[in-house]
Amino acid sequence: MEINNNQLLRFTTAGSVDDGKSTLIGRLLYDSKSIFEDQLEAITATSAKKGHEGVDLALFTDGLRDEREQGITIDVAYRYFTTPKRKFIIADTPGHIQYTRNMVTGASTANAALILIDARHGVIEQTKRHSFIASLLNIPHLIVCVNKMDLVDFSESRFNEIIGQFEEFSSKLLMKDVRFIPMSALRGDNVVNRSETMDWYQGGTLLNILETLHISSDINKIDARFPVQTVLRPQSQEHRDYRGYAGRVASGIYRVGDEIAVLPSGFTSIIKSINAGEQEISEAYAPMSISITLEDDIDVSRGDMIVKKNNQPEMEQEFDVMLSWLANEPAKSRAKYIVQHTSKEERAMIKEVVYKMDINSFERDNEDKSLSMNDIARVKIRTTRRLMLDSYRDNRITGSVILIDENTNETVAAGMVV
Amino acid sequence: MSKYYLNYLDELESEAIYILREVWAQFENPVILFSGGKDSILVTHLAKKAFYPSKIPFALMHVDTGHNFSETIKFRDDLVESLGVKLIIGSVQDSINKGRVSEEKGKNATRNALQITTLLDAIEENKIDCAIGGGRRDEEKARAKERFFSHRDDFGQWDPRNQRPELWNLLNGKYFEGEHFRAFPISNWTEMDVWNYIKREEIEIPSLYLAHEREVVWRNNSWIPFSEFLKLEEGEEVVTKKIRFRTLGDITITGGIESEADSLEKVALEVSTMRKTERGDRSDDKRSETAMEDRKKQGYF
Repeated sequence: MEINNNQLLRFTTAGSVDDGKSTLIGRLLYDSKSIFEDQLEAITATSAKKGHEGVDLALFTDGLRDEREQGITIDVAYRYFTTPKRKFIIADTPGHIQYTRNMVTGASTANAALILIDARHGVIEQTKRHSFIASLLNIPHLIVCVNKMDLVDFSESRFNEIIGQFEEFSSKLLMKDVRFIPMSALRGDNVVNRSETMDWYQGGTLLNILETLHISSDINKIDARFPVQTVLRPQSQEHRDYRGYAGRVASGIYRVGDEIAVLPSGFTSIIKSINAGEQEISEAYAPMSISITLEDDIDVSRGDMIVKKNNQPEMEQEFDVMLSWLANEPAKSRAKYIVQHTSKEERAMIKEVVYKMDINSFERDNEDKSLSMNDIARVKIRTTRRLMLDSYRDNRITGSVILIDENTNETVAAGMVV
Repeated sequence: MSKYYLNYLDELESEAIYILREVWAQFENPVILFSGGKDSILVTHLAKKAFYPSKIPFALMHVDTGHNFSETIKFRDDLVESLGVKLIIGSVQDSINKGRVSEEKGKNATRNALQITTLLDAIEENKIDCAIGGGRRDEEKARAKERFFSHRDDFGQWDPRNQRPELWNLLNGKYFEGEHFRAFPISNWTEMDVWNYIKREEIEIPSLYLAHEREVVWRNNSWIPFSEFLKLEEGEEVVTKKIRFRTLGDITITGGIESEADSLEKVALEVSTMRKTERGDRSDDKRSETAMEDRKKQGYF
């Protein structure tokens, strides 16, 4: 199948075993004809062995042996499907123990998040938790799937009641685009095919919404940011004086002739050429991987950022982030970490825990200063040198950091610049 | 008029180039694992783009089972010459000769699992700290959980429970002495994406991927190419069929499919209508439901 236009949409699904998430993903893949015959045969056989009636669609997302034996999902699993309109990447995140860590990971690159609600139970703590994380990670689009409608008689008033519950608690969150869909993943209602039973619902099916969400504006096209990954110096006969700065445009648009500044040094120059592979191009935009040459011979290396002269990020050595603690080991007081921000690394320390968020009630806790797995807190970070920062709300790439423990080399926390 | 968004193939390309440049920037001595299959050819093509006009700054490393398609070896040597890069060969035959591993016995014996030792030995010998592979998450369920930067302990083992979370585009490639990484720049590509891209970029691939006449044997529900390494079982016969291969590996276990698709156009079209997974014809994956998971834990690609 050849898709011409056509964009890539990444979405994340969060939920526990009981809310029908695996069945929903299975249904999406099955009804969009993304399941291969040998996979279907294997699942049909397993379903029969387990005594299920028909094919248990949830088995499509079954993972590693350890997981099957324990009936859990260890980690984010990625799945793919394509329709004539788009290519989709699903980051399927499990809802137990390391739930925050996994959900934050899956959400960090997502255009959209699917939040599952069991129509019988309505909004529960987990719904709030997932919505909070989706909002914290600034996922542009949220699709609330009110599932198991068959178990509430496909009731329109129940559906509206749940929308009411959701809107009540989510008024405290920052969300741009929220949709609600009544569905039954088990029966296939409103997943790929329209529900005949719920003719009172006028909106699109899940697939239809995923195919038509406006995602071109998800990336910041205003503030041009280009973190330099590496310097290309072929020093060959043919390209004797070539000195190209290679990287991926984080946001904004660059054109040949633009006046730029290199940070942190602040030296200015003009873009002489832009290359995408062998091809010379006149403009580049996020998220293209390119290399840039400049008119002037100035010192640029990995970790530097090329920006427009008249639109520059903040240069800070001390800044606040919303931090999601990912590691099993809790944070040590005033311990040193390595902070990784775009292609730059600096040593850093957590200077202060300002407050911790209770992600079920959205209340702030100003007393408890500890940071352990699944915690989300506002903290002050101090680095040995200045970083070129934007707020995470404006820019997901230049507004995000990870912390690495020098003693274990593990990634222990993810931070979003406030 | 510019639309200022990328189509999916351009976005996948850009992501892969980003990862290849991160590998170069973060590691001391990375190599591309080159099997001669389309995925490693694609990775090599992307590396060419990532570093143009410089040469690819990685050596290619081939883990050679000794059971090769002759087309693959010629293709490999031609490519290495045209790119001007170094070739490192890890030989399973050498590992056998040195007594590091011994051949499997029985009808379905292959050298597939033996590659693990050869690969890990070659990584250690050549002081490689990152081996770039063409693994894709859509291939197999153990691979669906793989990271872009996949950490291996000092025994070369993959522990799915102990992988670093990868957020945004921030990749943590820090390691201790003796450990290494595998990097998978085309993690997010599907088989269809690979073919659409190969077609679009007109990337040269071994002729084995296109339909051709070949002597084959029907075994394990696919057409296994007849070669000097194949011992015929009772009831098996060698026939000539027009086939092509969806994946290329050790010649003794790579099954072909009957096909008339003798051009990239036709292959892409055929793949779009395929109803079976790509690795469905690889007998190494059919051994058990967790065959890939088990091999990966030991240090497989």
